[in-house]
Amino acid sequence: MIMTHKRPLSPHLQIYQPQLTSMMSILHRATGVFLSVGILVLAYWLIAAADGTETYQQAQSLLGSWLGLLLLFGWSFSLFYHLCNGIRHLFWDAGLGMDIKTAYATGKVVWVATIILTALAWVLAFSLKGGG
Amino acid sequence: MAQFTLPANSVIKKGKAVNKVEAAKNVKKFMIYRWNPETEENPRLDTYEVDLDNCGPMVLDALIKIKDEIDSTLTFRRSCREGICGSCSMNIDGTNTLACTKPIEDIKGAVKVYPLPHTDVVKDLVPDLTHFFAQYAAIEPWLQTQTPPPPDREMLQSKQDWALLNGLYECILCACCSTSCPSYWWNGDRFLGPAILLQAYRWIADSRDEMTGERLDNLEDPFRLYRCHTIMNCTNTCPKQLNPAKAIVEIKKMLVQRR
Repeated sequence: MIMTHKRPLSPHLQIYQPQLTSMMSILHRATGVFLSVGILVLAYWLIAAADGTETYQQAQSLLGSWLGLLLLFGWSFSLFYHLCNGIRHLFWDAGLGMDIKTAYATGKVVWVATIILTALAWVLAFSLKGGG
Repeated sequence: MAQFTLPANSVIKKGKAVNKVEAAKNVKKFMIYRWNPETEENPRLDTYEVDLDNCGPMVLDALIKIKDEIDSTLTFRRSCREGICGSCSMNIDGTNTLACTKPIEDIKGAVKVYPLPHTDVVKDLVPDLTHFFAQYAAIEPWLQTQTPPPPDREMLQSKQDWALLNGLYECILCACCSTSCPSYWWNGDRFLGPAILLQAYRWIADSRDEMTGERLDNLEDPFRLYRCHTIMNCTNTCPKQLNPAKAIVEIKKMLVQRR
């Protein structure tokens, strides 16, 4: 009998062509994880607001720093992406839009809606910004 | 926990250029995954040159030409060469498909050919599908009834009920969809995967089958069914243009509706 060696595992992630659908799926999960972290920051901000002026000022300057703003931008983008794509998932769970053509079309709609909503949120945030 | 990298014995080494085609205008490079179970070497990617002016139009034609004329050790499965047997499923140009129905001219640059992703390789392009077919057996893929059939004729089905099986019965079990699914890569030991779930739904949807409840019971499991996260790689890659993702959604819907 011929000796055979332990079978290798064929390549997977290394060689599989990324698809719009699969990339949006993994981004949905990534934004979900990132938003879970954001919940803690939101809680921190609310507790700071309840604690008094000094703590609140500290939280405001922390979140208002360039790093804070960058993270807030990430969270706002994640929120809108996860929301829009979540609605897409609800339609799928109802059995609607499951063919490839529609899934790609709704995927693009999710991207456009996410970009518009994120931009809108930041335009509003800066135009309504109070003094100090 | 899923392992996203390849184990040490599976990392692909740079292979060799096996042949050169001179004095031909229409030369295409084929880069093919090779692994020989009789050596201790890692898998490698060998490059072959094929004169397309002397070759059939499909990737399978090129593979057969390579085996016939250049390197008889190249190993792959094939049979019908017309997309009905499901033997020559492999990863070509980044997605899973049947080599016999994939036109070479659809591929830009070198044609990269690997075995179906995240499978144990038997040799070269031949994956071990034992587990895949064991999962198929587990869903009991045959018509099951309790009432005895009429003594004088077959069990009849209306045209409308038959139409419900369109897009399901055509599946040839090539495993392209299941091995394209990241959930199946990470949880294939317990997750049934798109092909088997589409087959499960084929029997659930059959008006003549009387074991629908039991079939649904067997699928109502966090792993067997619910590892599907609607990633859609399955439907994207199916060489028969079927929609396993939709079949899975239909099963999930039935489980909700029967509560």
